[in-house]
Amino acid sequence: MNATLPVVTGDAVSASTSSVPAAAAPKRHAAMVRVTHWLTTIAFFALLLSGGEIVLSHPRFYWGETGNVNMHPWLNLHLPSSRNTVPTGYGYVLPDQNGWSRYLHFQAAWLAVGTGLLYLLWGLFNGHFRRNLTPNRAALKGIRASIIEHLRFKRPRAEEAWSYNVLQRISYLLVIFVLFPLMIWTGLAMSFGFTSAFPLAVRLLGGQQSARSLHFIVTILLVLFLVVHVVMIVVAGFRARMRAMISGKMITGRADSPKE
Amino acid sequence: MSQISRRKLIVGGVATAAGASGIAVAATLARRHGLIPPDAGGLYGPGETLTYAAQRLLNRQSLAREFSRSQISEKPFANEVATMDAAFQRMKAGNFVDWKMTVDGMAARPTAFSMADIRSFPTTSHITMIACEEGWSYIAEWSGVQLSKILEQVGALPQVRYVVYRSYEPDTWESIDISEALHPQTLICYGMNGADLTVPYGGPLRIRIPRQLGYKNVKYITGLTLTDSLKGFGKGNGGASCEDGYAWYAGI
Repeated sequence: MNATLPVVTGDAVSASTSSVPAAAAPKRHAAMVRVTHWLTTIAFFALLLSGGEIVLSHPRFYWGETGNVNMHPWLNLHLPSSRNTVPTGYGYVLPDQNGWSRYLHFQAAWLAVGTGLLYLLWGLFNGHFRRNLTPNRAALKGIRASIIEHLRFKRPRAEEAWSYNVLQRISYLLVIFVLFPLMIWTGLAMSFGFTSAFPLAVRLLGGQQSARSLHFIVTILLVLFLVVHVVMIVVAGFRARMRAMISGKMITGRADSPKE
Repeated sequence: MSQISRRKLIVGGVATAAGASGIAVAATLARRHGLIPPDAGGLYGPGETLTYAAQRLLNRQSLAREFSRSQISEKPFANEVATMDAAFQRMKAGNFVDWKMTVDGMAARPTAFSMADIRSFPTTSHITMIACEEGWSYIAEWSGVQLSKILEQVGALPQVRYVVYRSYEPDTWESIDISEALHPQTLICYGMNGADLTVPYGGPLRIRIPRQLGYKNVKYITGLTLTDSLKGFGKGNGGASCEDGYAWYAGI
């Protein structure tokens, strides 16, 4: 049940950055996986922080094209706001942080998109998605057993540390090919500059406020993924898994070994 | 030094040099084609430049979405309304016949337009959305004169790259690039939903830039300055919002 980290086994040696190739042990994750993983982590936290701050200036959500304090929201977060024009029920107004939040949100979005494109092209080119992320028929048949193992927080067997289990594969594929693209799409659908060139981007989502609502919903899904992801790493052996994703090093036969 | 590491060194060196000169060429080209925003310096400069450049490459000509009459918001929101001074109240009492909008800077014929002058231009209307950077929005029909018509009237010089605009409200000014200024939907706006633009919504005159956020759609316009550089205005980053930490380009 090592629902944790992206794997590269087949091309592990070739992707090694070691300058002493003869002595290099196979890496758990290719250098590209490790670098893009942590760049995405940085971008994700920057987006989450700045996105949260932006929401505080209007913590209400609407469906359709338009929404404002005179209209009925489908979701009111009942949080204090950084604007005194929003009726929150709180007796105070938070300081305005939207300037740097918006700047940071876009800068981090570029980092996320750039990193994502690099990873996507690399993964398609060298078969990473097919080999390491696509579950095979046998694995799909074992999905029920895998779910039960996960629900029992069963620590994974050592040999599992070199490959992803079926639930991991499905959830990573969902994040990479469904949630991240949806995040980018719903984000761009809120941009007047972008929708002036590509109006269908927002029309297909049902309007600009719908795009904003969906952007928020997908954020919640990604945060849920992150929570499960981190819990699974802890269950599987935090230090070993972190080491595998940072240096790529593994201790043969002792995947979850916490010590050197 | 082994063969392999020497080869790596050479390849790495060439790649670095190629990368650096590539960035330098890109920066020069970007500057020449007006793809560098005035707030390109600083911590968030790279992201802001990428956003502005990418959008200008995509959308220089494209029109903001327009809506049907039935989509006009029944409940718009005027945002916080500034307390205007006595002189403004007097002009309001006189139906703003004394309101003036000056156009100066790089113009062959700098002009002070009265409301009557502005209304004598052909009227352009569009039903578009305005959204605040906070996240709320509404749709209305906006009427006014295309800014391009005003620029034509005053004889804007070919080297104009930015239009700086000022509000009656103290310390409120912003700027847009020339492509946004000449964009057919950019209006000096005096009407909303078939009536005169009311004071809460920016009356008598508001600039309406439907491809940018609310804070660029400044209310109570009193003057425009045509310029080839934003350096001489405030801190040089192109607007009061920018001086408060907001992005200059708000096409999002």
